Amino acid sequence: MHRYILNRLLLSIPTLIGAAALVFLLMRLIPGDICMVRLGGSGGTVSASALAACHAQIGLERSLPLQFLDFIGGFAIGDFGTSMWSGKPVVQEIASRLPVSLEIALLATIVAVAIAIPLGTISALKQNSWLDHVVRTVAIAGIATPSFWLGILSILIVLDVSHYLLGSPWMPSIDYVPLWDDPWGNLSIVILPAITIGYRYSAVTMRMTRSAMLEVLREDYIRTARAKGLVEQLIINRHALKNAMLPVVTLIGMEFAFLIGGLVVTEQVFNLNGIGRLFVLAVQNQDYTLTQALVMLTVAVFVVTNLVVDVLYAWLDPRIRFG
Amino acid sequence: MKTHLRGLAAGLSMAVAAALAATPASAQTPKRGGTLTYMIPADAPPSLDGHKENTFATLHATAPFYSTLIAINPENPSSSTDFVCDLCTEMPKPTDDGKTYTFKIRKGVKFHDGTPLTAADVARTWQYIVNPPKGVSSAREAYMVMVDKVENPDDETVVFKLKFATSAFVPALADPFAYIYKKDILEKDPAWYEKNVLGSGPFKFSSYEIGQSIKGVRNPDYYHEGQPYLDGFNAIFAAKQSVRVDAIRADRAATEFRGMPPSARDELVKELGDKVTVQTSDWNCVNLLTPNQKKKPFDDVRVRRALALAIDQWKGAPALSKIATVHTVGGLVFPGSPLAATKEELTKMAGFGTDIEKARAEARKLLKEAGAEGLKFELMNRNVDQPYKFIATWAIDEWSKIGLKVTQRVLPTGPFYEGLRAGTFEVAVEFNCQNLVNPLLDVAKVLPRSVYPENYGGYEDPKLIELYNAMLREPDPARQREKMRAFETYALDTQVDTIMTPWWSRIIVHRSYMKGWKISPSHYLNLNLANVWLDK
Amino acid sequence: MTAVTDDLPVRRRSWLAASLRFARRQPLGTFGLVIVVIAAIAGLSAEWIAPYSPTANDFAAMTEPPSAAHWLGTDQFGRDLLSRIVYGARTALIIGFVSAFVGGFLGLVLGVASAYFGGWIDDVLQRVMDILMAFPLIIMALAVVAIFGTGVQNVIAAITVPLVPRCARVVRSSALSIREVPYIDAARTSGFSHARIILRHMVPNVVAPFLIMLTAFVGQAILAEASLSYLGLGVQEPTPAWGLMLQGGAEEYASTAPWIAIFPGLAIALTVFGFSLFGDALRDAIDPKMRER
Repeated sequence: MHRYILNRLLLSIPTLIGAAALVFLLMRLIPGDICMVRLGGSGGTVSASALAACHAQIGLERSLPLQFLDFIGGFAIGDFGTSMWSGKPVVQEIASRLPVSLEIALLATIVAVAIAIPLGTISALKQNSWLDHVVRTVAIAGIATPSFWLGILSILIVLDVSHYLLGSPWMPSIDYVPLWDDPWGNLSIVILPAITIGYRYSAVTMRMTRSAMLEVLREDYIRTARAKGLVEQLIINRHALKNAMLPVVTLIGMEFAFLIGGLVVTEQVFNLNGIGRLFVLAVQNQDYTLTQALVMLTVAVFVVTNLVVDVLYAWLDPRIRFG
Repeated sequence: MKTHLRGLAAGLSMAVAAALAATPASAQTPKRGGTLTYMIPADAPPSLDGHKENTFATLHATAPFYSTLIAINPENPSSSTDFVCDLCTEMPKPTDDGKTYTFKIRKGVKFHDGTPLTAADVARTWQYIVNPPKGVSSAREAYMVMVDKVENPDDETVVFKLKFATSAFVPALADPFAYIYKKDILEKDPAWYEKNVLGSGPFKFSSYEIGQSIKGVRNPDYYHEGQPYLDGFNAIFAAKQSVRVDAIRADRAATEFRGMPPSARDELVKELGDKVTVQTSDWNCVNLLTPNQKKKPFDDVRVRRALALAIDQWKGAPALSKIATVHTVGGLVFPGSPLAATKEELTKMAGFGTDIEKARAEARKLLKEAGAEGLKFELMNRNVDQPYKFIATWAIDEWSKIGLKVTQRVLPTGPFYEGLRAGTFEVAVEFNCQNLVNPLLDVAKVLPRSVYPENYGGYEDPKLIELYNAMLREPDPARQREKMRAFETYALDTQVDTIMTPWWSRIIVHRSYMKGWKISPSHYLNLNLANVWLDK
Repeated sequence: MTAVTDDLPVRRRSWLAASLRFARRQPLGTFGLVIVVIAAIAGLSAEWIAPYSPTANDFAAMTEPPSAAHWLGTDQFGRDLLSRIVYGARTALIIGFVSAFVGGFLGLVLGVASAYFGGWIDDVLQRVMDILMAFPLIIMALAVVAIFGTGVQNVIAAITVPLVPRCARVVRSSALSIREVPYIDAARTSGFSHARIILRHMVPNVVAPFLIMLTAFVGQAILAEASLSYLGLGVQEPTPAWGLMLQGGAEEYASTAPWIAIFPGLAIALTVFGFSLFGDALRDAIDPKMRER
């Protein structure tokens, strides 16, 4: 077990280096650079001398291999550098945005699991009934709807409904407050984005739960259990659900990493100052250090989540041995 | 106390600000207290240092913290010639044939840390802006070319010595980015102001969260009697249009100070009635469709002329004004300025004619002659909705009417500017946007790159430069106007170096309880909030 | 000879019968297929169906609500929404299918190669796929569009890249299970070429999961285009595209002219919905374990 984990961690090193090289090159292939965005972004005069001064200040005049070594070396010793845009340490930039994103991601996962697992199970048990069809339709609709559309419409609905009920339109604050400062205010801010993301997430999970359940229900041991006359409830709880959870856990883990993508759009819609918005900003400002750090963070989270999922998988299903 | 300096650029006067909804009676006595929440329609600016940045995001975030030497009159911001003292005691009359300006600085002004602000701080600030020491950058160095040196003979006096007399100096001095910094700090660490705030303005800095919000509280020691009225402000960064409209609707914020599209105005007025007030103004910004004359067939003036002729300005402007932040047909000069072409003068130029069928027939003929019938090309645009992409959609459809097949390539800011500078585009949606209305300098945008570094048309044209210089140096207003026509006609009609689109219109929708603030033709101006108050 | 001619009608009948059986067993899937077919017809014959030009501005009819003249209303520029949606189907399907097929094909090749050759090739390919999998998709897409600019083919490229590793992964694991099957070994020892073995024996066996994935990819690509559009970097005017229409409409007109925001959104949601339903049903129908119930 320990050897397996160690092995997996070693295997992740080439992945990390490869991702580092990819983001490094990709960012530098984008025409223009941060100095141009900064000096010319509002249509001001960009003089050659100001551009050169900006390049020197940021360190863009150095050779590419040198910049890459600097990036990789810094990463290896835990030094992520400073944001080229704000001049603040990257760690600080990310740390100030992480709480809101984590909160939404977590809440969305809870929403998703709470909806998906019971509904997915019911859907499988009542396969091809009208209930199954309704659940599946709702689930697929969740996957099919563009999330920004859902987000924009959901704010409008809140505005219209509150206008109708209270006489004046209400919406959550657009100025984030931390959970520990104002729990109610905080919750009102994060709940809509969490539901928006959670709906899609639950849809994916629900479908997976359903098909995993269906598969398990056809296994011999369930048939045996049924033949032995065990109570249906017991069969589902003790045998079927537990085994069906394997692929579902995998999916939840994988989707958690993919949440970053969902956050990119949703955070813009709800004006949340989180990692997703920072990501878009970093790419559009051509802030190399910040983008690199964010990509490495995402990749690292992905690698770790995958590992945790695999370990969990084995723990849930003793038939799997680590090779 | 506030001395007005009028009639600088031949007595420009404009009455462009017009309120659609009921304007608050100006005689109302301001109430004190309350916190104004407004939005900054941008993501975090790169730094808080006005001297280094060009973006309105820096200005909207930090203007309330700082003083400037002079400013546009906050009670009359729609005028482009009405300047008042902020830190000086009296607007000076130039001496030495218009080459020396001597300013007396107010006594008793304090920075927010309690230390006194003297003429030495003002002088050092301006020295850094005009002529930054090595290793320090100043975004406005190029605008201040007329200044030779800034002197500080005593604790109350700052003297500007110019290289040549020009009416462009005073507007340049009123630059809203020219915050007065503290001498000691500037000398010790010129980068200090990028991440820190220390001014003498109406509000003291209280907190800043990058990408989230910036907050300020009343400066009790502010030198303008009785101001500011607000206890403080909270500026929230909100880059997405739909968020901002929703937030004003739900009163999560009172307004934003850049400008909203007509759809937002319609929605807010429909939902909120007289709870919101709309202020509109012509905006000193315009999009230009610039062909790259280094690329064939745009080196052919017939092709460029055809591009201009195809566009129906007179029908387009009123229609676009319903959906985009544009409004007024105009030439090179900001409409409303006495230097601007009248409608009659405009109609004589290519693309401004009133008979569009005739114009398009001519355009087709020109294309045929140039061997460019059914030309396919790519329009490079910036990833900005209002009004860039609206302008592009309109222009592409207009061009299709003379058989041109145009696709659009949209780029984020960095690659867009790189494309302009490298000249890799065929036709680009450019813009010209200046803070103070100063047509003499604003029209320089069409001068060749050798003279004006921000021109991307890829042409050299001594005649154009000659016409410009003759116009700029003409002291007689009437003749200057004639020479402006000659310059404009040459650029837009003879050479068709660029194609105009309707000038922008600035629409500000704010909660009606916000009082005292008046719209100006620029989103860079009148932002220090000293005279803003809440009627709640 | 006669056997062949005799064979044809029988086959056709059995194909028809299979379709009917599919429709009976998979009502949702059939519904999905119907949506897909409608979208395809709209896309293929937009010129004949659309009542107006999708790009011609009409300033006399700006932001008009649905009416007899404009069934779905008009947009900001007075363009007929129905026409734009019909033409938009073409753009959506081009983006969906090209991305799915190119991404799927590359994934198939890499996945099968990875499984068949094993060893260091597998190792290297797996690491590359890991990198692509872990890389945030939307960021990759943003970068690709920033480098090359918008335009249908660039948007397709931006959307396709992230699909490759996901397909390769699935194909590889399906192919791996077949690799050890005796007949592949037999083919190998009897000296058949790699290409022949891969094409004749391995590819047919991974076709089922591959097809199911393709239908999912089409939907995902259409959604990805919408997300890119929201960030301003999807397909651009004058090309009629759903994501583009939705972005402009939802951002500015969701409240004052809701039809501009609603119909393109419905077009996207319904089409992706159709592909997903059909894909699900296809999986149920193809998967032998599911068939026996």
